[in-house]
Amino acid sequence: MRLDRALHPVAWWLWAIALATAASQTSNPLLLLLIFAVLGLVVTARRANAPWARAFHYYLIMALIIIAIRVVFRSVFATGITADDHILFTLPQVRLPEWYAGIQIGGPVSLQATLSAVIDGMRLACLLCCIGAANSLANPKRALRVLPGALYELGVAVTVALSVAPQLVESVQRVARARKLRAGRRRGLRAFRSIALPVLHDALDRSLKLAAAMDSRGYGRTGAATPRSRRLTGALMLAGMAGLCVGAYGLLDPSVPRAAGITGFAAGIACSAAGLALGSRRVSRTQYRPDPWRWPEWTVAGCGVVTAVVLSLGLGYDPAALNPVLYPLQWPDLPLLPTVAILLAGAAAFASPPPPAGARA
Amino acid sequence: MIEFADVSVTYEEASQPVLRDVSLSIPEGELCLVIGPTGTGKSTLLGTINGLVPHFTGGTLAGRVSVDGQSTADHPPREFAGLVGVVGQDPVAGFVTDTVEEELAYGMEQLAIAPSVMRTRVEETLDLLGLADLRHRGLHELSGGQQQRVAIGAALTAHPRVLVLDEPTSALDPTGAEDVLAAITRLVHDLGVTVVLAEHRLERVIPYADRVLYVAGDGTVESGTPARILALSRVAPPLVHLGRLAGWEPLPLSVRDARRHAGSLRETLPPQPPVPHRRSHATGVTALTAQGIVVRHGAVYAVRGVDVSLYAGQVTALMGRNGSGKSSLLWALHGAGPRSAGKVDAAEKVGLVPQTATDLLYLDTVGAELSQADRDGAATGTARSILDSLAAGIPDSAHPRDLSAGQQLALVLAIQLTVTPGVVLLDEPTRGLDYDAKAALARTLDQLASQGRSVVVATHDVEFAATVADRVVVLAEGEIVADGPAPEVLTASPSFAPQITKVLAPLPYLTLGQIQAVTG
Repeated sequence: MRLDRALHPVAWWLWAIALATAASQTSNPLLLLLIFAVLGLVVTARRANAPWARAFHYYLIMALIIIAIRVVFRSVFATGITADDHILFTLPQVRLPEWYAGIQIGGPVSLQATLSAVIDGMRLACLLCCIGAANSLANPKRALRVLPGALYELGVAVTVALSVAPQLVESVQRVARARKLRAGRRRGLRAFRSIALPVLHDALDRSLKLAAAMDSRGYGRTGAATPRSRRLTGALMLAGMAGLCVGAYGLLDPSVPRAAGITGFAAGIACSAAGLALGSRRVSRTQYRPDPWRWPEWTVAGCGVVTAVVLSLGLGYDPAALNPVLYPLQWPDLPLLPTVAILLAGAAAFASPPPPAGARA
Repeated sequence: MIEFADVSVTYEEASQPVLRDVSLSIPEGELCLVIGPTGTGKSTLLGTINGLVPHFTGGTLAGRVSVDGQSTADHPPREFAGLVGVVGQDPVAGFVTDTVEEELAYGMEQLAIAPSVMRTRVEETLDLLGLADLRHRGLHELSGGQQQRVAIGAALTAHPRVLVLDEPTSALDPTGAEDVLAAITRLVHDLGVTVVLAEHRLERVIPYADRVLYVAGDGTVESGTPARILALSRVAPPLVHLGRLAGWEPLPLSVRDARRHAGSLRETLPPQPPVPHRRSHATGVTALTAQGIVVRHGAVYAVRGVDVSLYAGQVTALMGRNGSGKSSLLWALHGAGPRSAGKVDAAEKVGLVPQTATDLLYLDTVGAELSQADRDGAATGTARSILDSLAAGIPDSAHPRDLSAGQQLALVLAIQLTVTPGVVLLDEPTRGLDYDAKAALARTLDQLASQGRSVVVATHDVEFAATVADRVVVLAEGEIVADGPAPEVLTASPSFAPQITKVLAPLPYLTLGQIQAVTG
């Protein structure tokens, strides 16, 4: 019997990042389309009924915009047209001065250039949609809760900021409305002042009250930790995070030596682990209804990782199939193993439990 | 449970201490009510219990405050979180998370309580405060009363021995306030928590209080039984004033007690009051006529075809529950708010004081605000003289935000009156005002009416309506359901009546003055 529950947010993020890694390895439009399909399937099947979960279609719109921009730029700034290109149509060309050679505005638009722009755009859009999928599948605020103890304060700051923003909007609307009541309405800078000051006063009052409330509710109890150990934990965690970022960049960008990427990644993991260990030595805080990590989490994260590994290693199939050539123009192949791997990532839709019916925001 | 030993509190740059040599003790399990005029140090007294004063607010505390034997001098407020739960005036300001369940758990997470224990305590608290249906809801979609109940629940889950509540109902409408006060009295009876409560709706809590602390304003605090303190206090509900006038012993603290005394008084009173509840200034000259007013917010019709005429010199109370369309109607009558249909013919200028009056204030000093108002269309000094007639003694150099709620209201009213409107609309001006400030506002409104202005005041406060209004209009779902002279509308149903009417029903008496006119 499988009960409905929210999957651990980290599992969704691992899955999405793994898929993004896979997408960055290929420029095969068929594989990219397959990844889009998998994202769509999983998001439709497993997103909860909450406001943050409805964001996915905004990411899709953004994706289309990215592709469109890419194509338009490639057509207007057309360069490197070879004799083999199929010319679709010719744009009126702008005459640029002699010394401005190298950049060409307008001119012939070729099929190959347009296709390569579409594929590039698709790859970028695919990365964006992976992040979008993670955001719609896992509540961003719950994801912040899994931040290790050493970064807890950061998580609280973000959560508070997220809930204060709508209040600020409400307060601006209220003051702007009230301003209509006063005779001799001001314009320009004075009008700005008459709205900004009451709103700022409001915001200040509110933050003082919030600070007092949090203080009386035990926020910032230090427990047994000394200031020195807290600073050390913070430094280790930050260094670790930076290492992870650099390492991830190194691994994803083919022009960076692989060894550098792996070293950065490993150093990041080591620092973070040390910080975590040090931070958890002083448990002065617990978590209400922590998300469990059970086999569905392992499966979902595993599906994603397998896909990423298959596409990154390029073993068991012809790696050239991942990046089909445009000269001569031909229908791309669909390599079997990568296809199966991407479909496997789609299994997350069935491996994860259904989201709870009551909107658990 | 709570001990004050020679406690004095002085804020920085203050010449006088707010509290002076306060020594008292509050035993375990009591419901202790803190009363006193606004701005006299009630919040300071409450703040000292968990050490927010002086650790958070600054200032100097002499003497010793201890809770359950622990002195607040030795630990910051956060270390008291497990012992003292605190609930403030504005629940929204204190929320850290965004759903009911997470908010209830927040305090326990900070105290490192085991997850299994947290789970059971959250479930218990949801039941105790009747929040079970709301557990997954976002905090900002709840009504004011529900939000305040969540805030109380959030303080309770840490199982504090003491619960401190600073005017928990002052920002709520009557239904929300009832909800919250009912929840508080249940806590005292079921859990035996020691509760320290500052509250100006005395009539609702007095029957349950074991002890009253009266903060006088000169720094002293008097502690005693409710009947003893109220017999002396200037701050008292109308019921207590009636009891004093009739010489009832012991002083009745609830309508039920008073009715048991009132039999003989009812026999001596004539069936119709010899004097009206207030002297009306109404002239019968129409100041504003509105026909077929419709206000629509998105898909919701806030006002559905209201026809109303306002007369010069008349004070009209606009009543009805939250969301019944009172504010929308006032804004539509003024003309600054949206109006989907209907027309307003105003013979004179219309001024409106919004619910959050301070939204209109944006300069650094009272003097600057007043001269700005003069520049907007009046002779120099007009605004100042109006303000002095409403509330004397507000210096030009004061910052508008430092004034009390009553003074801020007077300042905004003075600014709005500077352009001499013939119709004055006030949206919920009594929110957060104590008895004294309400009495001052009542005098102000009467003064405005005597100058021939038409005054409309939207209010939830039946007692206030009984003292100021000539006419009462009741709105429900955007339609007028009752419109007539105040005595008729206010005595028509017992639940909607002021305390004195409740005690003397079926006699149609509204105010203490009417009884004084008979007894002399």
